[in-house]
Amino acid sequence: MVRVDGGRGSSSLIQVRGLDKKYQRGSEEIHVLQGLNLDVDKGDFVAFMGPSGSGKTTLLNLIGGLDVPSAGSITVAGDEITHMSRSKLTEWRARHVGFVFQMYNLIPVLTAFQNVELPLLLTKLSKADRRKHVETALAIVGLVDRTDHYPRQLSGGQEQRVAIARAIVSDPTFLLCDELTGDLDRKSADEIMNLIQRLMKEFGKTVLMVTHDPVVAQRADVTLHLEKGVLVEAAKPEGVTAGGLA
Amino acid sequence: MKFRGLIFANLFRKKIRFLLTIGSFAVALFLFGLLAVVRGAFSQGVEVAGADRLVVINRVSIIQPLPLSYRERILQLRGVKTITFANWFGGVYQDERNFFPQFAIDIENQRKVYPELIVPEDQWQTFVKDRQGTIVGAATAKRFGWKIGDRIPLKSSFLPGPWEFNLDGIYHGQRRQDDETQFWFQWNYLEERVPDRLKGQIGWYVLRVENPDDSVRIAKQIDQLFANSPYETRTETEKAFAAGWVKQMGNIEFLILSIGGVVFFTLLLVTGNTMAIAVRERTAELAVLKAVGFSDRFVLLLVLAESLLIAILGGALGLGLAKLFTLGGDPTRGLLPFFYLPLKAIISGLGVALAVGVASGLLPAVGAMRLRVVDALRRV
Ligand SMILES: Nc1ncnc2c1ncn2[C@@H]1O[C@H](COP(=O)(O)OP(=O)(O)OP(=O)(O)O)[C@@H](O)[C@H]1O
Ligand SMILES: [Mg+2]
Repeated sequence: MVRVDGGRGSSSLIQVRGLDKKYQRGSEEIHVLQGLNLDVDKGDFVAFMGPSGSGKTTLLNLIGGLDVPSAGSITVAGDEITHMSRSKLTEWRARHVGFVFQMYNLIPVLTAFQNVELPLLLTKLSKADRRKHVETALAIVGLVDRTDHYPRQLSGGQEQRVAIARAIVSDPTFLLCDELTGDLDRKSADEIMNLIQRLMKEFGKTVLMVTHDPVVAQRADVTLHLEKGVLVEAAKPEGVTAGGLA
Repeated sequence: MKFRGLIFANLFRKKIRFLLTIGSFAVALFLFGLLAVVRGAFSQGVEVAGADRLVVINRVSIIQPLPLSYRERILQLRGVKTITFANWFGGVYQDERNFFPQFAIDIENQRKVYPELIVPEDQWQTFVKDRQGTIVGAATAKRFGWKIGDRIPLKSSFLPGPWEFNLDGIYHGQRRQDDETQFWFQWNYLEERVPDRLKGQIGWYVLRVENPDDSVRIAKQIDQLFANSPYETRTETEKAFAAGWVKQMGNIEFLILSIGGVVFFTLLLVTGNTMAIAVRERTAELAVLKAVGFSDRFVLLLVLAESLLIAILGGALGLGLAKLFTLGGDPTRGLLPFFYLPLKAIISGLGVALAVGVASGLLPAVGAMRLRVVDALRRV
């Protein structure tokens, strides 16, 4: 169950309370997130929508431990990440978060295999075990035959699939996807979304995704709109426009 | 090392740039090697100098003679162990360019004062018995292809010739840096043939003291002993003597340090700039690495490892080439008898290369370390 009213116990996987984020731009203060609440359970698939500049990326980065809030708390699987040091946070990310960004996901000088292997280099796995994990991840995303290809030898959709393989290879607690289909055509975007849905269903992954594309958003269990610094729920079938409160 | 792939992939990212940067290091370190060789060639005398040896020359200049009669008086001073003397013989072998130093030596004490220059006993015995004998350093013998038994003619510019010598023996230096270019013959033979007005004169004395700590005292005593005589002396440790000799060559050391300094400063700017560009153009990738969970310190070390590897590869290449170059021997045909690149210079060359590698990589590496993922991904 996904909730945005902050009115629940501490049983959910991801729990965001009173999240505030302000940016200082010159003398002007931008109050992007204003006391935002969110609860996400294990296995949930959430889509975030909202106009450009509404703070979707900001929210995702905060939940992923890439940034620190101005106020409020984020608790993931019982760990409050909002007070962790930078280096603690880095370790935490390696264990719990799989990121897929819109662009620049892959290291161009590394092969698909090496890119997917990156998170595993941070573990104590042996070389053989790493190989096994990488091959499994690449098989899940359907790219076993592209193992030794470099990013420039892959299509945009294939690149994103490699990025997804990298995000899941270390079996993180949840996936964060920021406009992962933003650069793809309809067909590739559909393929990628099929893949994400499969991950959800077969592997019970928890996914938080930002998108501008209503068609993509429909694949999620819930679509949340970011408006004036807080999240509001949208009705699922018609969830194309900014809906009222759920 | 499991991160090897990551480091090397980054290194070879832009092949031309990689080669050019390596090349800058190689050129700089090649030059460093040659400068070290030249510097060594000029100052090696200082390094080989025995700590317990003093050189006594005429106070006016080294080319003015001293009387042989000083020998006994110097020997009587407390702390003097042995003394020998020699004359310079500016002979020419076939051609002026075939320069090598020729000394008329005192056969009785030569080996006691210069124990590091080794002559096989049988060869020495032949030499001692042979009025026209000569002992030659291995380098000079090799240079002219001389073998024991050869007859070697020299032309003297100030004494009527012909001067012919029998090669009775070859000496070797005990240490790599010992001078193996000298040509020795018996002082008695020279004395026999100089005009009467030059008899009883020697070029310089070299003496060994019991205890190097007494060197300064003994040097002072000698110079006092002969003060106000027609032949005043100047006595110095062999080291000071050699250093003075180097100074006469102009301030080579300063020149070399300035050239070296400029070269390395330029290298620092060039590679520093290259590393800065290399890091800037992959800001997004470094951010992704951090997002994935690589620590700030890892990213710092990654960038540093890259510049260090370039420095080591380029430095080793340059120093290797310099070493190869010096293996060919002295290109000036005898003016630089110590023409080789010592291990010490190679090590300090690598040290300097590493220092430049660290210095040029440090700023970009710290920048990469401080980079915040959110900013980096927003910027691109
Ligand atoms: N580092 C920053 N400094 C100042 N302002 C910032 C910074 N990061 C984000 N902002 C501002 O915060 C607001 C939210 O940005 P954010 O990137 O989260 O929006 P978004 O919803 O992801 O937009 P888009 O759909 O265009 O990706 C924007 O007005 C942005 O300009
Ligand atoms: Mg965004």
